[in-house]
Amino acid sequence: MAVAERLRRTMMFVPGNNPAMIKDAGIFEADSIMFDLEDAVSLAEKDAARVLVYEAVKNIDFGGAELVVRINGLDTPFWQKDVRAMVKAGIEVIRAPKVETAAMMEELEVEIEKAEKEFGIEVGTTHVMAALESALGVMNALEIARSCPERMMGIALSGMDYRVDMKTKSYPDEGELYFARNMVLHAARAAGVAAFDTVFGNVDDEEGFVKGVELIHQLGFDGKSVINPRQIPLVNKVYAPTKKEVVHAQQVMEAIEEAKQKGSGVISLNGQMVDRPIVLQAERVLMLAKAANVLDEGGNYIEK
Amino acid sequence: MREEITLKNKVNRELPDEILKTTGYKPFESVEVKDLVIERVSAKVRQSVKPNKLVDSLEEVVLKTVKDGMTISFHHHFREGDYVFNKVMRIIIDHGFKDLRIAPSSLTNVMNDILVEAIEKGVVTNITSSGMRGTLGDVVSHGALKNPVIFRSHGGRARAIETGEIHIDVAFLGTPNADEMGNANGMDGKAPFGSLGYALMDAQYADTVVAITDSLVSYPNTPASIKQTQVDYVVKIDAVGNPDKIGAGATRFTKDPKELKIASMVNDVIVNSPYFKNGFSFQTGTGGAALAVTRFLRQSMIDHNVKATFGLGGITKPMVDLLEEGLVDKLMDVQDFDGGSAQSMHLNKNQQEIDASWYADPANKGAMVDKLDVVILSALEIDTKFNVNVMSGSDGVIRGAIGGHQDAGTAKLTIISAPLVRGRIATVVPDVTTVITPGDSIDVLVTEIGIAINPKRTDLLDKLSNIPGLPVYTIEELQKIAEEKLGKPEPLEFTDKVVALIEYRDGSLLDIIREVKD
Amino acid sequence: MEIKQHALAGTLESSDVQIMIAPANNGISIDLISDVKKQFGKQIEATVRQVLAAYAIENADVQVIDKGALDLVIKARAIAAVERAIEAKDLNWEVL
Repeated sequence: MAVAERLRRTMMFVPGNNPAMIKDAGIFEADSIMFDLEDAVSLAEKDAARVLVYEAVKNIDFGGAELVVRINGLDTPFWQKDVRAMVKAGIEVIRAPKVETAAMMEELEVEIEKAEKEFGIEVGTTHVMAALESALGVMNALEIARSCPERMMGIALSGMDYRVDMKTKSYPDEGELYFARNMVLHAARAAGVAAFDTVFGNVDDEEGFVKGVELIHQLGFDGKSVINPRQIPLVNKVYAPTKKEVVHAQQVMEAIEEAKQKGSGVISLNGQMVDRPIVLQAERVLMLAKAANVLDEGGNYIEK
Repeated sequence: MREEITLKNKVNRELPDEILKTTGYKPFESVEVKDLVIERVSAKVRQSVKPNKLVDSLEEVVLKTVKDGMTISFHHHFREGDYVFNKVMRIIIDHGFKDLRIAPSSLTNVMNDILVEAIEKGVVTNITSSGMRGTLGDVVSHGALKNPVIFRSHGGRARAIETGEIHIDVAFLGTPNADEMGNANGMDGKAPFGSLGYALMDAQYADTVVAITDSLVSYPNTPASIKQTQVDYVVKIDAVGNPDKIGAGATRFTKDPKELKIASMVNDVIVNSPYFKNGFSFQTGTGGAALAVTRFLRQSMIDHNVKATFGLGGITKPMVDLLEEGLVDKLMDVQDFDGGSAQSMHLNKNQQEIDASWYADPANKGAMVDKLDVVILSALEIDTKFNVNVMSGSDGVIRGAIGGHQDAGTAKLTIISAPLVRGRIATVVPDVTTVITPGDSIDVLVTEIGIAINPKRTDLLDKLSNIPGLPVYTIEELQKIAEEKLGKPEPLEFTDKVVALIEYRDGSLLDIIREVKD
Repeated sequence: MEIKQHALAGTLESSDVQIMIAPANNGISIDLISDVKKQFGKQIEATVRQVLAAYAIENADVQVIDKGALDLVIKARAIAAVERAIEAKDLNWEVL
């Protein structure tokens, strides 16, 4: 993966024309903040939102969050201006909506590169992600995930438009997303990029929300799109490792240290060989544990 | 530059010599109030000879009892549902009384307009209260009153009544029930509000006490919070209060994500402090954010098997739930904020009505706040010395109340819970516009980005500095962050005229408020 | 640059600012309504003037209704209003 691994448990959607929400977006400890220039902004306000998000990205400290912008679709007259403004602002990831083919992402990349050159930014700095919102997009998930290999950060399932395209609707158990979720996830993993699940619209149904997050967590998704900051702690709780997982991860890291001390090339733990996937998993567990505030300064698990 | 001799008190506030001379106030020294010895005054008592104390109308009793220049008082237990204040003041204004001093326990917005009218007409020339807001605060801030308002905390008002600094000639006390001799409580009736905590001071010390009710019950009325031995007249009117407006603000915890984040961090501070152990006591206050803290605290108490001995102050249904769940042994109510808590006081012997002196008076033989472990308070402004302002807005206009802030602020762990900024107004500032509670009382500030600990509390710095999820800043850092976000404001401008005096609970002069210059 | 038509940007929501620009012929006049006028009136006006100057606009009638907006919001709304008022074909990328 050309784009670095980092925590992406939550991607918080922030309407691009709403100063009140934009200025506070950094408070809620979302791993990613996605400024929306597309569906959250009316046609008449596309220009105003673009400038507002530009000024915000340039001037506000959003903490450690990854800054993402959802530009308007490639079939609109707005997207190129969106790209130029956001590249100039220094946005980290440009999210394209309604992506159905790798060619669309390549078209986006051309525009991004143009803007990077125009504003004196090192070519390749700006990353991209693709939102899949239709049957065709989902079926082409692998080619899309593999496109723009130097810039592709991840792909996301965007449920609302997808359901319409599939001629179904939103059900409490989200069963209608069964195939799409798995397809998007597998494509992402095969291409080595991040996988994001869609938003859950009913902010007051905490139980339903958590159930969905538990499922996607189990499947292996990197994270969830959220539309209200109240959803963030709920996601983080699901993604917090258990004590058992943390202890095991610490043992793996200790085994590596021990092997290093001995100068041994082979690392073993409890009679089992520790190979690269195990190490990556242990590192990931500890990263999640730290972010979930369950490790004290000594790196030990904090009992509740 | 002001041509005026001033003296700086111990919170660095300039007190005009002129004011100190004419009032005799001592400048504020310290939050450690020690060695106070007072003589309590007592009320004038006229033997009651009639078969009962009933008078036919409010007008009749007002004309019988009020004279120009008197001090009259009210309580504010009906909050925004109060009818009594307006009814009494209407009669007083219409009959052309002059130069009255009013000394209510506090002033709610529903009282503003008529009091503004009374001021404009010279009917009222002196006010002492816990606070004021809206149109009233605005006109007072613009110099409408010749004499400065005296703002006192609930404990300070109790003390001042006991020493005679506030001498109440006539107290008009509305209650949702009373019998013909004046036995009354706040718990039953069409507009119940629970504890009569503030009114009990007036009932005990006023020379003339008028009980006003909309529900005359059979004699003898029990339980009697206000007793017949204290009451001179009883009058029945149509309605004393609007039950729908008595409940103050939200009695459901907030859904605002920023407030929830702050509440969660407040809870973390409490749980990680040395005071979170079996047998602790706490006061949280009201409003959606405070109730969110109660909710988080409740879960922590369950998780850690910690029970509290008492909850104090303004009580709400969520506090009553804790009582009923057995997480808190007793509730001590000086005020009830919703129907649920008012009801519960009636039925639960572990919930006790306490008067303002018992609650917070520093000059008595022991107040509840002396035993308080943890309190959560709000702030409009807090400065880099941890001084807190809950009274004057960022434009210098009076719009708040001391309430029990100074009193509860003496708790072992005083936490201020506030957003770093409100709109374009910074909460953390270099110097507060008005000092209401001195910084020495304040231990921890909790904002949505992190906490600041009073450097004098090295013990807390130790305990709270390395908790994951609880970033610690210095208060100077928070102030700079706020200023960087918002820009540096132009300083406020005031005239020379002093429009209000802020008393500290021990009767010393803490700060003054000047007239705003527009 | 000349203001060709009336234009408006921003809203009256909390933390936002509504800026209305109209053509004028005797310099720049700014009318400000804000709850924080005492504390930030000067700063708000300065931000608006800076944007007008960046577009080399010398004549404009500006009405600002501020709801506690930060400087960057005022700048963004001013830019949007001006762009609309001068009927720009493309964003003035230098001004951003």
